Amino acid sequence: MDNSHLSSSQSIKKINWFEFSAPSRFYALTQKIIPLCWFMALSFGIAGLVIGLLYAPTDATQGDSYRIIFIHVPSAWMSMVLYTAMAFWAAIGLIFNARLAYRLSISIAPTGALMTFIALWTGALWGKPTWGTWWVWDARLTSELILLFLYIGYISLYQAIDDERKAAKAASLLAIIGVVNVPIIYFSVKWWNTLHQGATITITKAPSMESSMLLALLLMTVAFWAYAFATVFTRTNQTSLIEEHHADWVKSVLKPSKASS
Amino acid sequence: MIWGSFSEFISMRGYALYVWGSFGVTAILMAWEVLQLRKKKQELHLGVDA
Repeated sequence: MDNSHLSSSQSIKKINWFEFSAPSRFYALTQKIIPLCWFMALSFGIAGLVIGLLYAPTDATQGDSYRIIFIHVPSAWMSMVLYTAMAFWAAIGLIFNARLAYRLSISIAPTGALMTFIALWTGALWGKPTWGTWWVWDARLTSELILLFLYIGYISLYQAIDDERKAAKAASLLAIIGVVNVPIIYFSVKWWNTLHQGATITITKAPSMESSMLLALLLMTVAFWAYAFATVFTRTNQTSLIEEHHADWVKSVLKPSKASS
Repeated sequence: MIWGSFSEFISMRGYALYVWGSFGVTAILMAWEVLQLRKKKQELHLGVDA
């Protein structure tokens, strides 16, 4: 009894992370994580909205239009983070010829494109009352628009080529080349004289925001991260189920009653 | 709570179009994405696509 207890606790310590590169293992792990992600997205999202819309004070110069920040900034951050993750998994896919890495990469794209669109949309709605215009061709806005085109281009290229391996390779190359745009977006407000303001929150300086505004922004950021994890993992697993529908593990997942009997 | 009344909250002191236009469209798009994933899940378990 004691021995078996010991060996099981030892085996827990020796988790081989490469195990999760097998779609069946990845599926089993992420299906447990996805509900947690949804729970966090909802709870942090509701808390962020309540604080951001009901309790955070009105901005002295921008009035209540500034509340757009609570979705504009998280979505803009996610648009860049997700593109970087997408390009990273595309590169891993190319280097190791790993199907799951490609699958993860293409599963990130729709959520990334959505976040980019939200960042642009809320930016336009924020720009009108504060700058007097929906859109300007300044460096920050233009490079973010290019990011949206990169996402769309990546998805389109993936879908345009029939041969799955060739599609993954070609699209991955596009994703990797396009990643140069991410630092351009990030530093655009420093490198060029833009209408868009500089970073409100940086790692090096203490934030210059009122504490309830900052709290709401952080809560919304966590919510957006959790939402992205939930949707990306869900999409990845759905693609695994479709592409590996001949595999035994998929059959047991889709027909659990038969497999268990 | 910083709002005096519900109508004041809805009006966003003049910025209703911009604030609710941002939050509303974001909510709709996210709900749409979740709905798409749900539909796909149902198709998979019914054996439509797999």
